[in-house]
Amino acid sequence: MLLGRTANGLYWMNRYIERTENMARLIDAGLRIALTRSQDASEEWNSVLLSAGAASAFAAKHNDYTAENVADFLLRDMSNPSSAVAAIETARNNARMVRTALTRETWESINEAWMSLKRVLASPIDQRELPGVLDAIKRETALIRGSFYGTMLRNEIFDFAQLGTYVERADNTARILDVKYYVLLPSISWVGSSLDNYQWESILRSVAAHRSYRWVYEAEYKPTNIAEYLILNARMPRSLSFSYRFLAEHLKFLGEDYGARHPAQEIAERTYARLRGTEIKDIFETGLHEFLADFIRDNNRLGDQVAQDFGFY
Amino acid sequence: MVAFDEMLPAEAGLRRPYEAYDGWLKNQDPARLTEKMRDAERVFRKTGITFAVYGEQEASERLIPFDIVPRIISGNEWRRLTQGIEQRVQALNAFLDDIYHRQEILRAGRVPRELIATNEAFLPEMIGVRPPAGVYTHIIGVDIVRIAENEFYVLEDNARTPSGVSYMLENRETMLQLFPELFQRIKVQPVENYPQLLRQSLAAVRPNGVNGTPTIAVLTPGSFNSAYFEHAFLADQMGVQLVEGQDLRVVDGHVAMRTTEGYKRIDVLYRRVDDAYLDPMTFRPDSTLGVPGIMDVYRAGNITIANAPGTGIADDKAIYSYMPEIIEFYTGRKPILGNIPTWRCSEPDSLKYVQEHLGELVIKEVHGSGGYGMLVGPAASKKEREEFSKKLAARPSNYIAQPTLSLSTCPILTEKGLAPRHVDLRPFVLVSDRIRIVPGGLTRVALKEGSLVVNSSQGGGTKDTWVLDD
Repeated sequence: MLLGRTANGLYWMNRYIERTENMARLIDAGLRIALTRSQDASEEWNSVLLSAGAASAFAAKHNDYTAENVADFLLRDMSNPSSAVAAIETARNNARMVRTALTRETWESINEAWMSLKRVLASPIDQRELPGVLDAIKRETALIRGSFYGTMLRNEIFDFAQLGTYVERADNTARILDVKYYVLLPSISWVGSSLDNYQWESILRSVAAHRSYRWVYEAEYKPTNIAEYLILNARMPRSLSFSYRFLAEHLKFLGEDYGARHPAQEIAERTYARLRGTEIKDIFETGLHEFLADFIRDNNRLGDQVAQDFGFY
Repeated sequence: MVAFDEMLPAEAGLRRPYEAYDGWLKNQDPARLTEKMRDAERVFRKTGITFAVYGEQEASERLIPFDIVPRIISGNEWRRLTQGIEQRVQALNAFLDDIYHRQEILRAGRVPRELIATNEAFLPEMIGVRPPAGVYTHIIGVDIVRIAENEFYVLEDNARTPSGVSYMLENRETMLQLFPELFQRIKVQPVENYPQLLRQSLAAVRPNGVNGTPTIAVLTPGSFNSAYFEHAFLADQMGVQLVEGQDLRVVDGHVAMRTTEGYKRIDVLYRRVDDAYLDPMTFRPDSTLGVPGIMDVYRAGNITIANAPGTGIADDKAIYSYMPEIIEFYTGRKPILGNIPTWRCSEPDSLKYVQEHLGELVIKEVHGSGGYGMLVGPAASKKEREEFSKKLAARPSNYIAQPTLSLSTCPILTEKGLAPRHVDLRPFVLVSDRIRIVPGGLTRVALKEGSLVVNSSQGGGTKDTWVLDD
């Protein structure tokens, strides 16, 4: 038996842990482009902000789209609720609230991540240290994931936390794709330019897939392959299909546990079936942007439905 | 005035309970001990054993300092203490039952009627209500001080929602991690089973008509409460739900919690929310921490609330001074554990004496806690004493006074080696179908040299408390 408030806390705990990690990956990818290109990187940083859903909040505070400003806003600005430091704090507050539902190791890994990231992000980041800071964030979230997978019982507690992880991850990957969808369109005449190559690599890098891409596809980047990989490949751990495979699975477990089929399960299974029954060329035909916008909206709806089905509030 | 040191008293030399420990300590490298001290802090911070201090600008989480030198009590000393404690908690429960029913003790004139009638801790809503199994105060923390080899006194009874038991448990856990070899050499009685005992105890006082295993929950004001860590810790260790007011509502005459599968009934609520916030329909209407209507469920006998509402009347500082009479009245025997002599400032003769001896006494607010709002005469400046004197004259009944006792000391590890510091002791008592006391308790220690204030909110620390298995 689990309190609705606890299920809610577990869900948001993992959403914010996932978000913390994704912030680091987004900046990592942006930084890569900024470093490897001679031109002005402000457009790239704007994409990063858009992917992070923080563009207007950033614009209200800063004028210059520099690595310093963007990294500061997305990593250590407490007024930005999605910044890495704010996200890990929210994750930790949720973990503290649901503490009795976590193994000691899981709680300690979250508590330690919070303490260590607060320290690392306490003062402005020197550009030379940014890669180290990003590594620290990824390492801390990896440690949390390690203790979580290694010690948590596979019961409803695990299911609710995982729902948070995959709703957040699907949202993140879909946003990254949507912000850059135009560079993936095959109709653009300058396909294959070095500019595109940078962009494509950046997309893959922001979901940690720039190496694994080559294990699945030919070495040359192709936009349809990239889109297919991130949307439809159910083995790629940050793809939409992978996320929904697990969302449907965890909702199925919950349904079995509770002896009931919830509307949220319907939604997740329907979305997963649609992802499985689609080929990438169909998505491009109906419009990549439209597809992604629909997906992001449906994904949010799934989150709301989960909250409703399981008495979160 | 030289305080009695529990390890090395002035004349007598090393006391027996400390012999084995001292033998071990002599062979330790001081640098290693300092390192262990730092390890202990890391353990606590990592585990998140923190508390929030009210009134501080940054409501940050702080650690209660932990000292690695244990406070050691012999098995014999402990047996004597437990006899006194058992007698006391029996009297407390009998007093509560009486005060909310026939009020024999008032009729007999042993406790003045106005002390009850005008007391905010007395809840008229509890008159005539008999809690399940007849137990009012289920969990009690009895604060005990020592001033000599055979002189123990009760400083205060905590019969509402005593806290600190999680520190007792974590302190032991930490010591076991830091010094496993010590526990092989020295037989220390275990405290680890406290959560199981608490669970058994709460289950034993379930409402009539609940068959089988009752559903128990711990009610916390929330994660921003100073003792939240403890609430979560106890719920976790007992394997029960940790609930907040927002999780609960009254459904079909029972208190129920909102779960992922709908509302589920609760039989026993170990609440860590004060009386005033328990039920906005009965007490403070602005409270969001409680459960609207829970008092109706309680009066109908459909839930056990531990501790019962209204137990504060038994640990009120004004009542405290009557404890010897209360114990004798209900148990028919003299108290085994004495009270500290107390002047009730509400009595004109006492007030006069207290005003004349401000420099020697400790003066406390009747309803205060946590060491706030008190005057430690010998440590106060002339100006502080004068200001306090005015407050005292304005509301004498708000104060009691006690002599400044020379609390016993125990060594702590400082940068310059061992140094004596004043300590007190809070054993935890569980009352249900029987009385259970885990051998140990929370030893609080004033870390500042010479200080007598052991409260964690005012710079006190804690020690592991060993009761020897001898």
